[in-house]
Formats: sequence, C-alpha cells, structure tokens
Amino acid sequence: MAATGAAGDPVRIGVLSVQGAFAEHVSLLRSLGADPIEVRLPQHLAGVRGLVLPGGESTAMRRLIARWELREPLLALLRSGIPVLGTCAGMILLAREIEGGDEPVLPLLDVTVRRNAFGRQLESFETDLAVPALGDAPVHAVFIRAPVIARTGPDVEILARLPDDRIVAVRQGPILATAFHPELAGEPRFHRILLALAAEIPPDAGSGPR
Amino acid sequence: MTETSTWATKTGLAQMLKGGVIMDVVNAAEARIAEDAGAVAVMALERVPSDIRAAGGVARMSDPILIEEILATVSIPVMAKARIGHFVEAQVLEALGVDYIDESEVLTPADEVNHIDKHAFKVPFVCGSRDLGEALRRINEGAAMMRTKGEAGTGNIVEAVRHIRSVNGGIRRLVAMREDELFVAAKELGAPYPLVKQIAAEGRLPVVNFVAGGIATPSDAALSMQLGADGVFVGSGIFKSEDPARMARAIVQATTHFRDAKIIAEVSKGLGAPMRGIALEAIPEAERLAVRGW
Repeated sequence: MAATGAAGDPVRIGVLSVQGAFAEHVSLLRSLGADPIEVRLPQHLAGVRGLVLPGGESTAMRRLIARWELREPLLALLRSGIPVLGTCAGMILLAREIEGGDEPVLPLLDVTVRRNAFGRQLESFETDLAVPALGDAPVHAVFIRAPVIARTGPDVEILARLPDDRIVAVRQGPILATAFHPELAGEPRFHRILLALAAEIPPDAGSGPR
Repeated sequence: MTETSTWATKTGLAQMLKGGVIMDVVNAAEARIAEDAGAVAVMALERVPSDIRAAGGVARMSDPILIEEILATVSIPVMAKARIGHFVEAQVLEALGVDYIDESEVLTPADEVNHIDKHAFKVPFVCGSRDLGEALRRINEGAAMMRTKGEAGTGNIVEAVRHIRSVNGGIRRLVAMREDELFVAAKELGAPYPLVKQIAAEGRLPVVNFVAGGIATPSDAALSMQLGADGVFVGSGIFKSEDPARMARAIVQATTHFRDAKIIAEVSKGLGAPMRGIALEAIPEAERLAVRGW
C-alpha cells in the first residue's frame, strides 16, 4: 500500500497550502504512505513528484499564487508531466477557461468550468456517484458551492456525471480534477491514481525553484 | 440519494475557508475591496463592531437590502449576523440566501436563556465561545463552525488570545484524561458527554475554529494562527485602519505565511495606522460584548 518510488522512498507530493482544505489532503496522502509537503512558496516544490490543488476559495488562492510567484514554477512542473489532482477550487485553477471571464491560472486542463454552478451554500449537497474508472463501488461525493465542467476538449476523459448529465470529474493524462471533495469523505481512490502516476516520475525529474 | 444541508456540507464549507480571512464589510464597495484583497468570505453588517460600540442602543440584524447588495457583488461566501436567540432574524437571513449565519454577541442578545436551535435550519451557523464548554454547547445546538468571542471592536487581541488558549488548553486536558474521568469533566464543562468523549479521542473540535475579536495587524492574525486557529475574522481592524485595502492584503498574506516571520515583517511595512484600539480595562464590565451568551 505504501506509495514508494523505484528506490523505495515515499513519494513526495506537494499540496498547495496557501488557503483552503489542504490539511485534509495531507492526512489522506500520509495515510496512503506518501510524503506530502505543504506548498506556500516556490522553494517548497523541490523534489515534488506529484501535486494536489485543494478546495478553498479560488479567488483567494489565485491572489496568493500570484503574490508569491508560484504560478510559473507550478506551470513548469505540470508541463514536465508530473501528475496533479485538483478538487473543487483546485479544478478551477487548472481549467483552460472559466465562465464569466476570470483569468485562467494554470490552464493545462482543456475544459471550461462554471463557478458556483449549483448556487449558494443552501444548494450544497452530498450524493453517491458512479465513477466506472474507479471500480464498482460508488464515490460518496460532497459538493460545496461547487463548480461544474461546462465543456471538455477532445483529449479529456469524463470520469463522472451527475444524473442530470453535468460533468463533475475528468482526467486528461496525468491531470485529474473533481468538482467535489473526495478528501472530505475519506475517498482514497483518486489519490491512489495520483500516487501511482507519481511513483513513475524519477525522483529528480521534478523541478525545484528556478 | 442526494441530500442538501447535511452536517458534511455545513461543516465542509467552513473547512474550505481554513487558512483564510473573513472580513466585516458594511457596503458593496467594501465587499469588493475585501474580495480583491483575498478574503475567503465577507461578513455583511450595517456597522462594524467599533461603531456599534460607539453608537450604543440596540444592535440588530442588518437591512436585507444591504445584504442583498453584497450577495450580488461578490462571488465569495457571504455571512450575516443574527442576535443571540433571535431565530426569526435567522429565518430572514436564510430566506435571503446567505451562506452562513453568525449568531453573534456583537448584536444585542434577544434571549437571555436560549440560543437558536441551529439544527432546525438549512443554512449553517458560526457561534462564538470563550472556552471549551461554551464551544461544545454551541456545537450541540448545531453550530457547524466556531470562533472565539474576542472583545469585538476594540482592536485589542487580548481576549481572543485568552479564548483560543482556553479552548485548545481544554482539549489538551481532555486528551490527557482517563476515560473514567470524562464523566465529571463533561459535568464541569457543562457539555454533553458524547461530545466530550469524542474530543478526548480525536484531540480536536469536530468543527473548524477561527479567531475573532480584536485582530488589527498582520502579526495579530499570525499570532492567532500559531495558537492553533484555523483562520481569522477581522472586523473593525481593516476598514477602521488608515489604508484598508493594504491592511486587508497584508493580513491575508500573514495568515497564509503565519510561521514565516520574514514574510510577516515584509507585509507589515508601511501599513499606516491600524485602528486606534481600546484597552480592555477602559471598558466597563457592563459594556463588554464577550460576556454575552453562555
């Protein structure tokens, strides 16, 4: 079960920790045998072989990413092919296009997202969701002021839809994104995929600060 | 089976606000400044606590028009305050569609015996507490997020420090106890035994706990975080300072980088005057807000 690379060392996963529910991802990753590190500044990315972009307020997160010059080093890491899991606000950060004209942040995922797609907090909900790529057991999905994916590009695989067909989980190569919060429901399967992909990245391939 | 307004969605929104700053705003323009500075949510109210304190009289829920304007202006969550025990103000705020209700001692209490039954609402509530027993009583009533009471509107962090130390110290004491000691601990805390037992086992509150009351500088915010807060509320401290946008940004940065003194030093430079502030001893006992609620 331990997430180890070729040399048997725990795989270091950077968890963007400028704001939001990063601690929940850190503890889930640790329980899966990974070596999570909180990322607030570019130098925290050294040796990272995978990334998690957590839930939080995307408007606050985008400002903190800009202020501490995290955008370029995050983009460089993602362009080098290291895997990433974005949940809720993290999915918004990865989207190539955000409805309403917000500037994209790390636009590597070829989708258009709609923020607060269900409305305000009173419309937040939880439900069981079929995600065939993860096996037969449904995912218990908690949606909090959640976004949805309004458009997907040709290379994007749709992992899950709501009963009304709205897209809420996708994968594009090493990029995984969910509109809901697996970390709040103790759902480890998305993180396991991330760790399996990260274990294939050579330990020194990840870029430190540049 | 899809369910809205569950305990997981109520507490989950507060989890998404962690590591962030929730700012008091009195109009749409201030709400925009707060959002631009990186606030994770705004608290919509007619007057910030220092003005409530100065004005005296009965402080009530804000005008729904003001709350609607702020709801329409920002994309981040909007909170609003109801008086302690005033469940109809809470019903009105829920009907307006706010994202969180603060059952707040900053307003004049409407009931001196009962707090609002927060389980009866779809919208989640945040409540203040001075110590662990009070926090557990509020959680038992359905609060999905907690904060310290501080002494709002003073720009003086001393009471908030007392409260966060008291809550977290109380948790550490429970964790250290033998199981057969938890029954008396529950009695002494005035808190339900099942919650006391849960906290002794888990070593933390079952909901997020922010610091509120008296935060006026980036260092105040970082002090709160280092003492174990999950995030901070800033009331009068931003819009009563000399340069609100700058102070707001600086407090956001210090909350993220709360352990990095070099960054806190950097963001603290040249902020202009923080709000003036009031020493606690200068406030007569009868005018203190933190003692409201029980």
